Amino acid sequence: MRVNLTVNGRPQQADDVWEGESLLYVLRERLGLPGSKNACEQGECGSCTVRLDGVPVCACLVAAGQAEGREVVTVEGLGEGELSAVQRAFIDAGAVQCGFCTPGLLVAADELLEHNPQPSDADIREALSGNLCRCTGYEKILDAVRLAAARRGEAG
Amino acid sequence: MDFLRPAGWAEALAAKAEHPTAVPIAGGTDVMVEINFDHRRPDRLLDLNRIGELYTWETDGPEVRLGAAVPYTRIMHELRSELPGLALAAHTVGSPQIRNRGSVGGNLGAASPAGDCHPALLAAGATVEAESVRGTRLIPVEEFYTGVKRNALAPDELIRAIRIQRATGPQQFAKVGTRNAMVIAVCAFAMALHPGERTVRTGIGSAAPTPVRARTAEDFLTAELRDGGYWESGRPLEPSLAAEFGRLAAGACNPIDDVRGSAAYRRHAVGVLARRTLAWVWAEHTTGEENHRCA
Repeated sequence: MRVNLTVNGRPQQADDVWEGESLLYVLRERLGLPGSKNACEQGECGSCTVRLDGVPVCACLVAAGQAEGREVVTVEGLGEGELSAVQRAFIDAGAVQCGFCTPGLLVAADELLEHNPQPSDADIREALSGNLCRCTGYEKILDAVRLAAARRGEAG
Repeated sequence: MDFLRPAGWAEALAAKAEHPTAVPIAGGTDVMVEINFDHRRPDRLLDLNRIGELYTWETDGPEVRLGAAVPYTRIMHELRSELPGLALAAHTVGSPQIRNRGSVGGNLGAASPAGDCHPALLAAGATVEAESVRGTRLIPVEEFYTGVKRNALAPDELIRAIRIQRATGPQQFAKVGTRNAMVIAVCAFAMALHPGERTVRTGIGSAAPTPVRARTAEDFLTAELRDGGYWESGRPLEPSLAAEFGRLAAGACNPIDDVRGSAAYRRHAVGVLARRTLAWVWAEHTTGEENHRCA
């Protein structure tokens, strides 16, 4: 089947989509957007987190056909030509090691700060509770989100 | 595989009548896992995402009529006062990403004994509104669970809504798992006081082939609260009473040993959760202060 959707602000069309295929597969394999990572395929790890009509979801659990006519934002859409504030903070805080969990964490953290510009540590932990990292141990990831929030506050 | 995309409820019912083996998909948090892992290859998926009424609720009666596909996130934030037990249970589901997609209708459709909603629905009192082109059936939630991952839906039926009694007293939910997020329950317990009727109701998850109520424990506690004059006096519960309630709740379990826990552990833990949630709801009933601790 054919699926029409908007990805990072651009209308996209995917053809020959299998009906049981996930949105994640369409993004990575048909639209050339490999930023969203494919790991657990069961919603446990959050590395495929994208925003579907603004809401963070696991792209591996959205059937491709369910994205018809919807707006998707992936990690590739966070910065326009340059790094977004959250991406910059992840680098500056040393929150990236192997990098596999990073795209999902960036999308989740970006959404958190959009709704809650000054999150408490508990807010951050809860917002990122669906994203697993097996390298850094989370502390630097928390630092990065705090840094992004602080910079946003200073700029604000 | 075929992908059916009804634009409205009547169209969805017609599609399900024509294709009874079509698998309904809303949030996809169960169905897509099965497809991704090749555990299931349905000949048709029936996408419910476009059916607006499944994403709304009505609160004007003594019951909340909750659309089958309302995501857990909205239940947590917007139905906390009407459905406190379900809101607490919803908050323990998976992760924010999962709660943004998963729904009570999906939990019922999957009918896993470990589904987080079930104990809260049993304790609050709920009816499943199943609909087909033949008409609507109201199924008490106790009768909805027919076996491990089996439910009372006919092949041509879809879940339209869940009618849940609006809370008139404190409700609690507690779940045992290895961390606070991304956990399938080792076991779970829900507790609801119904001060108007002077009864209590309970729900046990993940400790029997289906979600169950601890009826003997409920009957014991209802009688003790009545005969002991507790409703009138609001005095603290005797420790022996809470202990017996926990013992009876543990006795209502029929668990198995599996990777998440042993049967003996589950039985023991349900007894502890029962005692603990009873203390919380009684404290809230008598002081008006809600407990926000984790189980």
